[in-house]
Amino acid sequence: MSIDMAQFHQVFFEESFEGLDIMESGLLDMDPGAVDSEQINAIFRAAHSIKGGAGTFGFADISGFTHTMETLLDEMRDGRREITTDAVDVLLKSVDVLRDMLTAAQDGGEVDQANVDTQSAELKRVLDSRPGQEAPAAVSDGESETVSEATSAPVIGWHVVFRPHAHLMRTGNDPLRLLKEFRDLGDTSVSCDIGGIPEFHEYEPEDACLSWDIHLHEAVDKYQVQEIFDWVEDDCDLAIMEIHDESAPAEATPAASEAPSPAPAPAAESKPDLKLADPPPERRAGVDRRKPSKPAANTSAGSIRVDVPKIDSLINMVGELVITQSMLSMLGEDFDMQDVPKLLEGLAQLERHTRELQESVMQVRMMPISFTFSRFPRLVRDLSSKLNKKIELKMIGESTEVDKTVIEKIGDPLVHLVRNSLDHGIELPEVRAAAGKPETGTVVLNAYHKGGNIVIEIKDDGKGLDGDFLFNKAVSKGLLKEDDVLTQQQKYELIFMAGFSTAEQISDVSGRGVGMDVVRKNINELGGSIEIESELGVGTSIVIRLPLTLAILDGQVVRVGDETYIVPLVSIIESIQVRPEMINLVGGKGEAFKLRDEYLPIVRMHEVFDVSAEHVEELTEGLLVIVEAEGRKCGLFVDDLLGQHQVVIKSLEENYGNVEGVSGATILGDGSVALILDITGVIRLSGARQDDFRLPRSA
Amino acid sequence: MTATAEQLDIAPLSTEEAGSQYLTFTVAGETYGVDILRVQEIRGWEPVTRIPNAHDCVRGVLNLRGAIVPVYDLRLMLELDWVDYSAETVVVIIKVRQRDSEKHVGVIVDAVSDVINENDIEISSSPSFGEHIKTEFIASLATARAGAMVMLLDADRLPIAGANSSDEDHQADE
Repeated sequence: MSIDMAQFHQVFFEESFEGLDIMESGLLDMDPGAVDSEQINAIFRAAHSIKGGAGTFGFADISGFTHTMETLLDEMRDGRREITTDAVDVLLKSVDVLRDMLTAAQDGGEVDQANVDTQSAELKRVLDSRPGQEAPAAVSDGESETVSEATSAPVIGWHVVFRPHAHLMRTGNDPLRLLKEFRDLGDTSVSCDIGGIPEFHEYEPEDACLSWDIHLHEAVDKYQVQEIFDWVEDDCDLAIMEIHDESAPAEATPAASEAPSPAPAPAAESKPDLKLADPPPERRAGVDRRKPSKPAANTSAGSIRVDVPKIDSLINMVGELVITQSMLSMLGEDFDMQDVPKLLEGLAQLERHTRELQESVMQVRMMPISFTFSRFPRLVRDLSSKLNKKIELKMIGESTEVDKTVIEKIGDPLVHLVRNSLDHGIELPEVRAAAGKPETGTVVLNAYHKGGNIVIEIKDDGKGLDGDFLFNKAVSKGLLKEDDVLTQQQKYELIFMAGFSTAEQISDVSGRGVGMDVVRKNINELGGSIEIESELGVGTSIVIRLPLTLAILDGQVVRVGDETYIVPLVSIIESIQVRPEMINLVGGKGEAFKLRDEYLPIVRMHEVFDVSAEHVEELTEGLLVIVEAEGRKCGLFVDDLLGQHQVVIKSLEENYGNVEGVSGATILGDGSVALILDITGVIRLSGARQDDFRLPRSA
Repeated sequence: MTATAEQLDIAPLSTEEAGSQYLTFTVAGETYGVDILRVQEIRGWEPVTRIPNAHDCVRGVLNLRGAIVPVYDLRLMLELDWVDYSAETVVVIIKVRQRDSEKHVGVIVDAVSDVINENDIEISSSPSFGEHIKTEFIASLATARAGAMVMLLDADRLPIAGANSSDEDHQADE
């Protein structure tokens, strides 16, 4: 039976990367000295799954490397080794190396072998570092041959009776592989019981009908024997008995037969599930929705794990929809005017179900922001030791759900902001102590939902931004003129300008002056905004607002001439009709109007978009939609407002290209296409310079 | 326009396989053809949504079962005179390949006429007419049995010829 193993590689890599994340976060949480066995078990399981998978798929170097890590972890798990900061550090670095190796294996790239070798040597150093440990020398070729201290009588080997259930091979396990693993443990004699083979006409070639008696003449730990059967213990009858020195197998203790596993075995059997290892418990709730990856699959396309309840609710919803549909079609077959109320009711139902279905489908794409946040503990730990700062990271609202696309794109900007907080924000412990602050600085990452947006705050209690310093810096770099007058807020926003870096010393952490402008650009691309609040000496808080999803947008439909456009509702502050006395002409040309206590430029949409059809010329006859983008406000002059809709965003770039002032398109109820305005682009197009202050081109 | 095509660095013309068929259509009395395997569908003319500040020959975008597809006017691309669209005016939706991705574009033509077999025509290379006549998306000339000339279009070059919005406009604003 030959299976093309390559088709499972993608699944293996995905699972391995998830395993690495589990290991990493577990290691970071690990408190030297105090062992939480469940935690260390989780790390161990992750390592074990990677090792097993790598072995099965023939990535020998990965499984070998993971094996060394696993040995170390195992000693920690059994309490035979103390958990030291040193060991944790080495393990963390090993996780990195392992990630590199997996990435290289996935992309078919080259592994930095020197790096791997150094790290393996490092791991071995830690393993060997305990003189009390008995013979951990043979790490390179196999298990550490520690004699079990648990049993009183000297154990010289193991007698294992292994009777696979008939379906064993269909679960993707191969008895031969298990037996081979025994040979790695030491001198093994195996006898096979062929009594289970049925008559030829009853024979099912895919059934496992052999069973084995295995004698292992090597005093290994019991867990090492059990470990071999980790994946199959639900799918076989297993008895592991000790062989004692007196060569008296009489007092054999049946140990792990029918391990008390809560896994719903019968249910699992019916599915042709090719899972190689039990997922760690925290992921049990998830169901795999991955397709078998095609050879040339784009790795970035990836897959989503979706909770079963979400899928269930989707299926329910579709069921309802089908019922409504059949009701409507029955109604239509023999329609009578008397049925109109029924029809209307049916249509209302249809609308409700469609909307619910839409919401549920959106839910599928939603993932907790912890996917992004999870990398920060490591980052903070590494950076704070590099910078000699004491920093505590607090994360709030990790379970806040965001669209997958947002998760993917927000990662790098967030990393940059957190780095900035660590590098520029938090002061050195001495400085903090002198300023009367606790030595340990705090960085808070907070995510929450607010009015259809997700808000992410990065708050530190560092030194805060110095507006005047920023201003002088900008002047000295020639980005601003000395007589420019800026509000405090505008001074803070200087950090988003390209080519602006305040770090006195350029480190490899930050200070190259590329970044903040990119951060802002990325966030704007996601349709979000970024704001800074800061107080000198007290701290800085950066607030990012992002739309919950990128696929749907609340839009105001406006008419310009005979054309309709969609203005994103989030950008709209208000819509007003102007009176003649509100309008001023700046420099005889630029139109501005006074709204309460500020002057705003007027952007005539028909001019910006060159609308030739008949349109309203007189400002007082049309409407002004006051919009805000990137901190700049202006009034868009349109003929009329038509209504508000939720619109599905369609890409213009897919078949055409980028259009200045337009962020995308959508299809209206009548099937026609309407363009969605990109307010920033429209303002830029209009060349509106009437702003009191305008940052030199940063976007 | 020619400069734009060069900047985009497009792969050389794809050679059409033997035995292929061409859909022919007329624009201003001349017959043009395009590989029929590239034709997604033919639609009657319906008003489209204009793209602001785009090149003249980009008439706008239409909704092709949920996808936003740009529509080019072949007359304007050939710098011919504008005529009002009639009941015969059709939009040919063509699949084009650009840098590994497949796009769909619509091309407005006066009328579709026929499907011809490659065996029935004799293909010769496209002569150069100098700078002032646009030929960059004409792959070759062919003579049909009847002796009429058919200009075969290179589908992949159509959207470049009808280049995206003119950049000069907003550069001036900056």
